[in-house]
Amino acid sequence: MTGSRPDRAGGAEARWLSGLTGGPGGAGAVKCALMALVFLAALCPVALALEAERRVLDNGLTVLHAQRENLPLVMVTLLVKAGSVDEPARKAGLANLCAALLTEGTRSRPSTRISEEVEFIGAELGLSAMADYTTLSLSVLKRHLPKGFELLADVLLNPTFPPEEIKRKKALIKASLRQREESPAFLARRAFIGEVYGRHPYGRHVEGFPDTIDSITREDIAGFYKSRFLPNNSILSVAGDISRKELEGLIDTYLEGWRKRPIPRRVAAPLPPTSRKTLTIERDLTQANMLLGHPGIRRDDPDYYAVSVMNYILGGGGFSSRLMDSIRERMGLAYSVYSSASSQMEAGDFSVTVQTKNASARTVISEVLREMRALREKKVAKTELEDAKAFLIGSFPMRLETMRRIADFLCLAEFYGLGLDYPEKYRRHISAVTREDVLRAAGEYLNPDNYVLVVVGKGSETKVKGR
Amino acid sequence: MLSSSLKRALLIFFILAPSCLFAGVKEYALPNGLKVLMLEDHKSPIAVFQIWYRVGSRDEAAGKSGLSHLLEHMMFKGTPRYGSKVLSRTIQRYGGTDNAFTSKDCTVYFQILPANRIGLSIDFESDRMRNLVLTREETLSERSVVMEERRLRYDDDPRSSLYELTVASAFSVHPYRRPVIGWMRDIAGIGREELLEFYRSYYCPANAFIVVVGDINPEALIEEIRAAFGEIKPGPERKGLVLAEPPQKSLRRVYLKREAELPYILVTHHVPGYPEDDAYALDMLYAVLSGGRSGRLFKALVYEKKVAVSAFADYSGFYEDPYLFTIGGTASPGLEISALEKAIYKELKRIKSRPPSEFELQKAGNQVEAAFIMGQDSIFHRAMLIGRFEMLGDWRLKETYLENIRKVTARDISRVARKYLTEENRTVGILIPERAAEGERRKDK
Repeated sequence: MTGSRPDRAGGAEARWLSGLTGGPGGAGAVKCALMALVFLAALCPVALALEAERRVLDNGLTVLHAQRENLPLVMVTLLVKAGSVDEPARKAGLANLCAALLTEGTRSRPSTRISEEVEFIGAELGLSAMADYTTLSLSVLKRHLPKGFELLADVLLNPTFPPEEIKRKKALIKASLRQREESPAFLARRAFIGEVYGRHPYGRHVEGFPDTIDSITREDIAGFYKSRFLPNNSILSVAGDISRKELEGLIDTYLEGWRKRPIPRRVAAPLPPTSRKTLTIERDLTQANMLLGHPGIRRDDPDYYAVSVMNYILGGGGFSSRLMDSIRERMGLAYSVYSSASSQMEAGDFSVTVQTKNASARTVISEVLREMRALREKKVAKTELEDAKAFLIGSFPMRLETMRRIADFLCLAEFYGLGLDYPEKYRRHISAVTREDVLRAAGEYLNPDNYVLVVVGKGSETKVKGR
Repeated sequence: MLSSSLKRALLIFFILAPSCLFAGVKEYALPNGLKVLMLEDHKSPIAVFQIWYRVGSRDEAAGKSGLSHLLEHMMFKGTPRYGSKVLSRTIQRYGGTDNAFTSKDCTVYFQILPANRIGLSIDFESDRMRNLVLTREETLSERSVVMEERRLRYDDDPRSSLYELTVASAFSVHPYRRPVIGWMRDIAGIGREELLEFYRSYYCPANAFIVVVGDINPEALIEEIRAAFGEIKPGPERKGLVLAEPPQKSLRRVYLKREAELPYILVTHHVPGYPEDDAYALDMLYAVLSGGRSGRLFKALVYEKKVAVSAFADYSGFYEDPYLFTIGGTASPGLEISALEKAIYKELKRIKSRPPSEFELQKAGNQVEAAFIMGQDSIFHRAMLIGRFEMLGDWRLKETYLENIRKVTARDISRVARKYLTEENRTVGILIPERAAEGERRKDK
């Protein structure tokens, strides 16, 4: 009843159990802020110090541990530095397929037994490949922790990649890619990243493409796994009702055979030069689904904090943002409009996402560009700056409320090398941002003249031409 | 399958769990009828405040669908004291979030804040319960925002459109047939006066309750709530609408042709909700059919027969009047939807004719229980659970929830499948994809 159900009947009525992310028939306010801050949120430190321990084991595995005893639950996240940036373009989808197959057979368990055993204890074992890394995440009741940890370790250490399962998984991934074409947001994003990142792996979805998925062999998958799923290439974080001694016991028992080996070097792929472009995708829709944006900054860019504040003011801050104020509140032209500054290890992008009835498309585009220009031309108001900083700093306890979020945060903070004192550092960096910094960040990182625009909709009504 | 010590552990846990996990809800009632439910949770220095109004699309007249949802939007337009957006801006300044949602049965406003700022919620909510300003201009503008919302969520989403159509066909009389967001024509016709009347009829202490969960001191907080809400007149109670859908006597089928990629099916049946005994058995039936990749639907339809790329069941017992138990799925590329439909019926026949195994029964129970406990990790969800059960008459229902789940037998699961998932009680909705013209699909890859 409160669990996450994998797929639901279409209506909002059915979705409202999922809580914060959806109200039936839709909710009023700050959802967009939440969306735009997804990345930030993952890295948001708590205002109070986050009590956690860090250690590096002899085999090179970094272990992070936060003990919380308020509920009989344990959340585990294991991050492996293996993602789509590590696969060749002609094998696009390899990292994702490798992750998806971990639970499809081990030396001692066939696929069906793994899901049966995980689900018998009411646990969830999730796998997810991203561009920069892969995560395995286990959510389990404390009393089933040993069994849950054993299953996590088994799929991590002993996957067999059975040919029959590879075939089955490829078919499912390809079908799901096709089904996602029904989503205008998916079509827009796919075209946008393809243009902004070009041939860089960030320029494609981790699932790859039907023909590249077909070309992936069992040897490719096993080789990818063998060379990268190593303790000295991984981070383990555990949050919840578990003592340090219990955690050590689990690691000794179940991760005992995991040995250190040299890791292949990552070579960053080049990024394309930027050029202004408008892409139109014709669909029989009532709304134009639009994405407008351009390259942004990397996660380790010193301007990350100034850009965070600038983005909040422009379109990241939900009902407090300028885009929401003008396009939704004053003009009544959209339900959802937001900007996001997404920063990954090797590169980032900035984008504005908005949907409006086809006939209003051009009006909305000019308004977005006008707001981008305004931010480059004039310093933001003092209250706007203070409000933005107050939210970014003050929202951390909320964003790190659950044990699942704590476990994920610890992993990512380690991955990006932010340190366990990041909560305090983040507060200092955000506090230091001035109105001049925001003006400079807007001047440097917003480009209302050289951008990529994608419009998915009915061309005869939007009157937007591709160029 | 279970070792005996594990079984014992399970048993002990079940005796202890409800009291240790969920005890501590404090209940208060103001003389004007406003009920307040509070739960302390000190793991993090934050709190959630929710105010629940007993009004939703269920209360709308024919031709007026979408009224309660549009009013929810208008509630963010401010009062003479706190102008439009002051609320959201103030909440965000403290790092908090605020939002609202409307369902078929209720409308809920909430804020998540640092616990020592929860007074803001009390101040804002007591103000906008009485003093909402509704201008004609803002009504018009917000109406077009909601029309954009409808386009985004329904009109341009083939699966949501099918869901809307299927529900509208399953109910012939009951207002549950209308979508919460409203039909486009109805939204376009809603005026300021109707909104105001709706607001005056339903937004009052006698028709509301408050739930607060988090790092709070209930004894201190209730005094603040009394001071802010105590003077408000009780107002009318919700009109006791008796809304009964006549029993469905024969199968209904509807089709939707839309630009889409893969055929999709929804098979839905009328079923009761909590606190009916059968609702707990339906929760268990849901888990047996749809509880993960080892659930029967995924295993048979996706993994073994490969007739579907996704398959699921959907059920919630939280509706005020009987709602729906749905099974659905997406056909595999190149296959007709009929293959998937047949396979669904085969699974239904199987569960009807033979009770699930002892292993399946325990697995389902463990999944329902684990999801119930994991949901408590978030104060928002804790508050939601209290509120949902209170909507049905008594928040204490949540304390007996797990006991009732564990009472369900394998035979009960088969029995409710036989009783409700019948052909005459069924409505089937099918999405028939029409592909976009190939010439127009450039730039897609």
